[in-house]
Amino acid sequence: MPAEWFKKGVIGRIKSSKGKIPEGLWIRCENCKELVYKKEVERKGKVCPKCHYHFRISASERLEMLMDKESFVEHDANLSPLDPLKFKDSKRYTDRIKEMQKRTGVKDAVVCGEGTIGGYPVEIAVFEFGFMGGSMGSVVGEKVTRSIERSREKGIPLIIVSCSGGARMQESPLSLFQMAKTCAALARLSEAGVPYISLLADPTTGGVSASFSLLGDIILSEPKALIGFAGPRVIEDTIKQKLPEGFQRAEFLMEHGFIDMIVDRENLKPTMIKILSLFTTKEERKKDAAA
Amino acid sequence: MPQQFVLDFERPIVEMERKIIELRTIGEGSRINVEEETQKLSKKLKRMIRDTYSKLSPWERVQVARHPQRPYTLDYINGFITDFVELRGDRRFRDDKSIVAGLGRFEGRFTVACIGHQKGRGTRENIERNFGMPHPEGYRKALRVMKLAEKFGFPVITFVDTPGAYPGIGGEERGQSEAIALNLYEMSRLRVPIVVCITGEGGSGGALALSVGDRLLMQENAIYAVISPEGCASILWRTAEKAPQAAEAMKVTAKDLMELGIIDEIVKEPLGGAHRDPDRAISIMKRAIRRNLKELMAKPVEQLLEERYQKLRGIGVYSESDT
Repeated sequence: MPAEWFKKGVIGRIKSSKGKIPEGLWIRCENCKELVYKKEVERKGKVCPKCHYHFRISASERLEMLMDKESFVEHDANLSPLDPLKFKDSKRYTDRIKEMQKRTGVKDAVVCGEGTIGGYPVEIAVFEFGFMGGSMGSVVGEKVTRSIERSREKGIPLIIVSCSGGARMQESPLSLFQMAKTCAALARLSEAGVPYISLLADPTTGGVSASFSLLGDIILSEPKALIGFAGPRVIEDTIKQKLPEGFQRAEFLMEHGFIDMIVDRENLKPTMIKILSLFTTKEERKKDAAA
Repeated sequence: MPQQFVLDFERPIVEMERKIIELRTIGEGSRINVEEETQKLSKKLKRMIRDTYSKLSPWERVQVARHPQRPYTLDYINGFITDFVELRGDRRFRDDKSIVAGLGRFEGRFTVACIGHQKGRGTRENIERNFGMPHPEGYRKALRVMKLAEKFGFPVITFVDTPGAYPGIGGEERGQSEAIALNLYEMSRLRVPIVVCITGEGGSGGALALSVGDRLLMQENAIYAVISPEGCASILWRTAEKAPQAAEAMKVTAKDLMELGIIDEIVKEPLGGAHRDPDRAISIMKRAIRRNLKELMAKPVEQLLEERYQKLRGIGVYSESDT
């Protein structure tokens, strides 16, 4: 995967204008624009060693980082989008889907399944931003809902890692109502007393932020992630003024009381384990250890 | 009543109406018999309206849905809710006038909670109502009143008509996303019947936050979309001028939403749209609400909640293969 994400341009692309850079060794940070040694970036969990910028990562990279080795079993990988609106702008939606599936290797913008983190079993859904900006249509909504329902049936904690621009325009009303569907499933999860931890990655906006993402029992975010209902450009166009520095970033949301903590990627797994352990009783831990 | 605000495609209709009125005035003042002529014109007018309205494009429907003389939430409330007591404020921050909420008696019979987006009439009121675009405190007020209704077993009627939640600094600071999300979550399990009436613009998450319920009734010229046609066009076509194409592509009409399994019923409007005869539009809506409330109020609450959940659960179109 690492060699691939470089080619795909998932993380900072080299602008060759500044001279010859040996391909594959150095990359330019999207945030501070410095050239940084790729291996060092990878060692830090795809974080810029100079400015601490957290590069956007794919769902599979996230899972590799977070889940115990070989513990992850994917569910619902065979769900694939259709084109119920027969949507066409400059391109047909069906063509976009095909292109995205080829590019990302997944059928839609979320990967769901079950596995363990530090030995704790969890149900997890991770957004794939590379697939149409992580946007939520019928497939994403259905898969997230199924994850929530599985978590409830099995009584194991739910983790959703959001990284999405919001609801998908190409399935307009169907996308919109996925927000209601996922929230309804979360209400049932809550009544069953199963914990839900939401992790927000850059960006989490629109219909995803305005549904399950901001309803976690505990909400974590990566540093500087853009989190908000309306996109910054839409707001600027509406109010006709420039937005203040840091507006809608994770730090801003924490200050305003909407998230619990900002976690560096290298501390993410230990933090998750600590939180998961708090929701487990001594007896359950003993039982897990015995098993 | 003459129409003050005329849409482009309505011009010939309004022109014809004016002619008929003129003819009548002439007839009154003289001995010329205009009866036959006016009758002929009136027939022609009716046909004209029927023709125009039977083949509205999605974009034309968007304009009807946004018509400034269309009945708004308070018009419906005044139309069939007696003893209405408006309730103000979210008890957290302030009162958001772009959402109206309160208790009253449905047709003078039993207490219900009514909650809806409220657009203004004219510039001054529109500024006060923020053009029907709520901030988080509006959604929190709505939720507060829904919880009140739940506590006392009052059914909830919502009216949906907003361009969207307001995209601004304050709204983001106070948690626009969280406020909308929480409404979706709580409405899915509110232990009283909820009838949702989509009466104008169903704009994105800001509309959805009042749209979770047991029955979704949508007026035939109302629209519903994930983003405004202008917004969609400026992203996908890179210019807002392609809004008509975007409206078409996004399948915004009541008929589309019925076919996609999102709404339960299309509510008829008077010939030529609700703005041409608001009283009739209100009365048709009242009957639809009455019928649905009657059915829902007869159901045990557990059944109500299960059906509400299953209905949401079933929304979505995808393929699931074995491989």
